[in-house]
Amino acid sequence: MYRYDELDQAFVEQRVAEFRDQTRRFLAGELSEEQFRPLRLRNGLYIQRHAPMLRIAIPYGLLATAQLRKLADITRRYDRGYGHFTTRQNLQLNWPELARVPDILAELATVQMHCIQTSGNCVRNVTADHLAGIAPDEVDDPRPYCEIVRQWATLHPEFTYLPRKFKIAITGSPEDRAASEVHDIGLQLRRGTDGGIGFTVRVGGGLGRAPMIGQVIREFLPLADLLAYLEAILRVYNRYGRRDNIHKARIKVLVKSLGAARFGAEVEAEWHAGRAAAPALAPAEVERVRACFRPQPYEQLVDLDVTAAREARFQAWYRYNTRAHKVPGYRAVFIALKAHGTIPGDMTAAQMEAVAALADRVSFGLVRTTHTQNLLLADVPQRELHAVWRELDALGLAQPNIGTLTDLIACPGLDFCSLANAGTHAVVRDLQQRFDDLDYLYDLGELEIKMSGCMNACGHHHVGHIGILGVDKHGEEWYQISLGGSANGFTALGEVIGPSVPQREVAPTIERIVERYRALRAEDERFIDTVRRVGIAPFAASAYAAHPAAA
Amino acid sequence: MRHILRQRDWVPDDWRYLGEAAPGTEALIVPLAELRQDAQRWRSRPGRLGVRLGPADRVEDLAAELPGLALVAVEFPNPGDGRGYSSGRLLRTRYAFAGELRAVGAGVRQDQVFLLARCGFDALELADGEDPAAARRALGRYDVAYQRGAAQLRLRYRRGAP
Repeated sequence: MYRYDELDQAFVEQRVAEFRDQTRRFLAGELSEEQFRPLRLRNGLYIQRHAPMLRIAIPYGLLATAQLRKLADITRRYDRGYGHFTTRQNLQLNWPELARVPDILAELATVQMHCIQTSGNCVRNVTADHLAGIAPDEVDDPRPYCEIVRQWATLHPEFTYLPRKFKIAITGSPEDRAASEVHDIGLQLRRGTDGGIGFTVRVGGGLGRAPMIGQVIREFLPLADLLAYLEAILRVYNRYGRRDNIHKARIKVLVKSLGAARFGAEVEAEWHAGRAAAPALAPAEVERVRACFRPQPYEQLVDLDVTAAREARFQAWYRYNTRAHKVPGYRAVFIALKAHGTIPGDMTAAQMEAVAALADRVSFGLVRTTHTQNLLLADVPQRELHAVWRELDALGLAQPNIGTLTDLIACPGLDFCSLANAGTHAVVRDLQQRFDDLDYLYDLGELEIKMSGCMNACGHHHVGHIGILGVDKHGEEWYQISLGGSANGFTALGEVIGPSVPQREVAPTIERIVERYRALRAEDERFIDTVRRVGIAPFAASAYAAHPAAA
Repeated sequence: MRHILRQRDWVPDDWRYLGEAAPGTEALIVPLAELRQDAQRWRSRPGRLGVRLGPADRVEDLAAELPGLALVAVEFPNPGDGRGYSSGRLLRTRYAFAGELRAVGAGVRQDQVFLLARCGFDALELADGEDPAAARRALGRYDVAYQRGAAQLRLRYRRGAP
């Protein structure tokens, strides 16, 4: 992984000093709440329903075990002993004390971490495929480019006060596990005709209000021009993006109003005009960063049949919670943060420490976070899998449901977030209880539920096979259900099936929808494929069959 | 008397904006619209001439007048409006403007001055109530940067262009 050098370390320490001074001025009354707000947001600090919320950056989801241990330590000493992993691969603390946040940032800096630009109208955490570097279908490892973009975007003098937040994702695989098509900029790694690395550039994707799929403005951008081209996009957006209406300020609105072709032409013109002054990406710098992501010192192993003669529970876990690795004898292992009775993405300090110890032993001391709110041990020798399973099982982290209905994504919702219209936790609990039969879950197969407590769509509900959106209906929490969304290589936005339903009706409604799927599906047809084949009408007809409350 | 932070010095402002100028004032700043409406008149006036760009004004529309200007003031109506950063950078890098580049408005506060200086602003007309000593200190908050810019810092991308 990337290791800070003296410059990186000096930078984060100076950032801590700056925020300590800003916090001091706020607490002393020298800065008003309105003046402090953009400053604290750019350091990941929200003022929430119960307490401040601090969002810690985990660049492209990669953590060293020393960092995970520090996070555990921080949650114990400054919070309530747990943290919440988000859909953008970061970690949120729900109960920090404002006056102590500078101390938390100082603690993070000791392990090369920070909260820089995890919120606010600036370039946010650059995200990547959680199988980066190990996926058999990968063109190239996206993480060195994520790191280069992260550094370029960090306190960029021109682009720190954009019209609105700005999210960049880079994927190295045709199966777009980073959901790059629903980002402000989505970069897909390609090889050019000469074999050189480059990117297909999409802009204007985004969820939230008026969701849009990103549109290609350049089929192939050579690596050397990466930062110059990003600078051109950001400059066009910074100058011409709307600032008069927060709901129309994302780049997708500018792209839509100009049309992708004209927006692309503006960017190309700016890119050419600005080339002389734009940042060049020197090959030596690319190599310096790339060297941090070299393949691990893998053993020479062969693939094993690890499930033979093992217990059925292990076989199920192996099937659902592990993934292929491009190196023989290795496997990637999900750490499921979706156990019944817990909030998706929540993890206790004790679990973090145990996982750190496990990763030190079997996965080169590294852990990854995923946008599905789980963790991943990327490089586990297959001979260790049974022991790893037993250990994770004892920690409550081996729920064998990855990729199934109960591996659902949910934002923190009304219980924690001041933006939310509705809670998410009660619905999660209902779904976990109603769908607790593993055989039934496995029969339903691959099925993604994504839930957001408001239109900001932190839970990515638009791209869930089943999307759930919390809405406020005369002061009550109701839920709108959509079908047919997806973000993995075939991006589509879900369609709302009809009127919203009250909280207690969400799980039964979804059960009727999946029952309809079981009746409609062709042999081995996935849920999403059935929805695409027959449309939402048959599901909508079944969904409302039995409850007058939603009429 | 109005003071500004020029480089790192807190000095009396020797410029006047159109409307506040006493007759015969030498150095005058006029709005872009005014300049474009009657460029000949303003250019033929004795003394130094500057222009003030609003946040939505385009640097491109000023290009023809730049050679005759000793100052460009860019307005930052609030700290969150970042358009002026692009204006400043374009003026310095694309148009090679070498005169005084001034940031003005309610958005010019101590927590912005580091970025403003990095974009090429060498004169800061601080928002009302801002402490000049604090703003001067804030110019030195970082001695390292990931992007090339106007101030001399330790840089990550040493080999690249600005």
